[in-house]
Amino acid sequence: MKTIDLELEIWRQKDTITAGQFENYTLKSISTDMSFLEMLDVLNEKLTREGKEPVAFDHDCREGICGTCGAVVNGIAHGPEPGTTLCQLHMRHFASGDTLVIEPFRSRAFPVRKDLMVDRSALDRIIQAGGYVSVNTGGTPDGNSTPIPSATAELAMDAAACIGCGACVASCPNGAAMLFTGAKISQLCLLPQGQPERRERALAMVTTMDSEGFGNCTNERECEAVCPKGISISNIARMNREFVKASFLG
Amino acid sequence: MELNSRVPTGPLAEKWDNHCFASKLVNPANRRKFKIIVVGTGLAGASASATLAEQGYQVTSICIQDSPRRAHSIAAQGGINAAKNYQNDGDSIHRLFYDTIKGGDFRSREANVYRLAQVSNNIIDQCVAQGVPFAREYGGTLANRSFGGAQVSRTFYARGQTGQQLLLGAYSALSRQIKSGKITMLPRKEMMELVLIDGRARGIISRDIISGKLETLTADAVILATGGYGNAYFLSTNAMASNVTAAWRAHKLGAGFANPCYVQIHPTCIPVHGDYQSKLTLMSESLRNDGRVWVPKTPGDKRRPASIPEAERDYYLENKYPSFGNLVPRDVASRNAKEQCDAGKGVGSTSLAVYLDFAEAIRRDGEANILKKYGNLFQMYEKITDSNPLHEPMMIYPAVHYTMGGLWVDYNLMTTIPGLFAIGECNFSDHGANRLGASALMQGLADGYFIIANSIAGYLGSSDLKSVNTDHPQFLESQKKVHDRILKLLRSSEGGPEGKFTVDEIHKELGLLLWDHCGMARNKEGLEKALAALPAIQEKFWKKVYIPGSGNELNQSLERAGRVADFLEFAEILIHDALAREESCGCHLREESQTEEHEAKRDDANYSYVSVWEHQGEGKQPQLHKEPLTFTEVTPSQRSYK
Repeated sequence: MKTIDLELEIWRQKDTITAGQFENYTLKSISTDMSFLEMLDVLNEKLTREGKEPVAFDHDCREGICGTCGAVVNGIAHGPEPGTTLCQLHMRHFASGDTLVIEPFRSRAFPVRKDLMVDRSALDRIIQAGGYVSVNTGGTPDGNSTPIPSATAELAMDAAACIGCGACVASCPNGAAMLFTGAKISQLCLLPQGQPERRERALAMVTTMDSEGFGNCTNERECEAVCPKGISISNIARMNREFVKASFLG
Repeated sequence: MELNSRVPTGPLAEKWDNHCFASKLVNPANRRKFKIIVVGTGLAGASASATLAEQGYQVTSICIQDSPRRAHSIAAQGGINAAKNYQNDGDSIHRLFYDTIKGGDFRSREANVYRLAQVSNNIIDQCVAQGVPFAREYGGTLANRSFGGAQVSRTFYARGQTGQQLLLGAYSALSRQIKSGKITMLPRKEMMELVLIDGRARGIISRDIISGKLETLTADAVILATGGYGNAYFLSTNAMASNVTAAWRAHKLGAGFANPCYVQIHPTCIPVHGDYQSKLTLMSESLRNDGRVWVPKTPGDKRRPASIPEAERDYYLENKYPSFGNLVPRDVASRNAKEQCDAGKGVGSTSLAVYLDFAEAIRRDGEANILKKYGNLFQMYEKITDSNPLHEPMMIYPAVHYTMGGLWVDYNLMTTIPGLFAIGECNFSDHGANRLGASALMQGLADGYFIIANSIAGYLGSSDLKSVNTDHPQFLESQKKVHDRILKLLRSSEGGPEGKFTVDEIHKELGLLLWDHCGMARNKEGLEKALAALPAIQEKFWKKVYIPGSGNELNQSLERAGRVADFLEFAEILIHDALAREESCGCHLREESQTEEHEAKRDDANYSYVSVWEHQGEGKQPQLHKEPLTFTEVTPSQRSYK
């Protein structure tokens, strides 16, 4: 089994209001088959046995779909492998002797809760503003009553694949959530079910995005580069068109 | 403990309609007077919260994750079944009902399963209306695919992310109600205790994960949608936070726990590869459509797979089950993989794996076609194992995946505690001893969107509930109980970590014990051994676990410790149940009860019942109750896949 030794610089912060700092750790004999989070587990077991406080980090499914995990590794949200969440990043992509600088997803709209954990509830509030079709349970028409071209369904699915991890926000120099918001607006404006509320949705979601403290898009494309699900910035262009149309047409 | 299943009278196909008509209702103007707590925001919890809020109830929804969108339903891959018969291949409500009850090896309640099949079609309509981007044919109609245990094409899907898309649909409905103020959404809260007043569920105590503060919530009814208990085994395909705590707290207050020994072990998972491993990853069942399962014929053959000639390979599923081949049901495939590895024919560095080989399919259909079908799965496999299934066979091994057992519920999905309901994987109701692929999503949404609202109205409309507030002595007492328990958990940590164990170390020990003796094959001797070994692990936990930090802050070690403490207690009824069921059925193989060909042998004369365990107090043996299963529409038969 191949192993590597690592130097870690990890952001430690007690809570939202206390200032944080980097702390250094050395880990030896890390199997290259481990996932990044399993490497953090090993560190935490070691710290616990030494009577020190383990590093707090968010994680859940460890299959790259729940969107819970995430940290900035050597300056890149979710680390160096493209199209990969932190839990699916494996240690074979690092070399012995590497120094890994691990920080939380920083952004004005994502206050740090502790160490690598941040509060991403602003993303939930963007969805609450209009990221849905207003339909109650029951009384819906037969699933096949409205045909949807396969290509349209696929395009909507490309946008709907967003896992809401917030890497797009963390990587954006402006702290924008436009890839996240654009993906949901796109999914629903492409489908017939989303048409009745199309304009109100675009206005409400974009307005909420602004009021939650997210920035604007200046076409840096950093979000697209780190998105673990390969969401395209064409969704941002579509959102902008939707917003402009809605603003002019009311 | 009284087990009244409250199955309505009348012909099977009319029971649900009759029941809806006979049930008490709550007038729309009165609904806002009732408070309902929903614990969990997976498919069942999110859909229930949204539906109840739409109807006018005051709903408080709590979840352990930082957002309700992250519940573990999100990880379901394959699809969702419904009896639409869009493919015109002979499907019907009755066929879906029959396949499900047969797949469960005739250990589920007929009336519940029939209702599940009935509402399955409404689920698809509901999800389409929400904007769930299901796969479509070129003509624009909904696409279907096939899954195990069925001969029709009835599975609706959204790529390999069906669970994600359905959950985001339910989450969108939930979000709409949060915005309208009808749902109070409380993320990052863990339910620590259920509160009973006059024998009814009237609230919960929860812990705020960020601040560590204990909080009390009152209600007129409580719904648990807290998922399964697969993480008792430490390694499973479940998310890291999935746990039995809410269900176990309810059990200790009087909720019967049904069929805990029914644990589904899924055959196609990425094998264990190191003692640091934190979880196992599922590879979709659909891979068995084109992959061929094999091991070397000679035990201990450690050559690379490509160096093993055809004549020296044993395609054991194809040889043993010529008519179903590699597509036998999950329980059969899992047991056979274990049998091969036990015989020394396992492959890989740990010898606990078998090959799933796509070479022939690639030769036949070409790389491009295989990648079109399985590209995302191949990519995920390669990310984890660093091996490309196009060039080398996959290595797979069974892993704990889903739990059919859960809180006992009646036809209304109410537990043995009045006012406490359990929905989704958290209850035992529909899958018997083995769940079919693409049926978990169906059940979660059936319970949440279409069944629970009717039950809640029936309960509230027929109960005389006094108003309660958080000053009630019972709330204070329950809160103190939770507070004392947290102090008790932290007690062994005084004096530092010297000579102590971490939470994970003890959890791994429990997991290994359960996996070895209460896993894919069970026998009396092993189960008794496991039962005897359990108290020492429990004692080690309470005396020697080391948890850094305190209870009044964000403390992830403490959170895990609380869950492991409950798994340690729960393991007892899990083993008791496996021991008491001296037959084999579905996932539960008792080595003493096999056919001559080593297949699971049911004993309908003696075991055609639901086992329901009642807590008798600390340190006392749990008591077994039985709900007899009677079949009027189907005739139980021995399953054969030869």
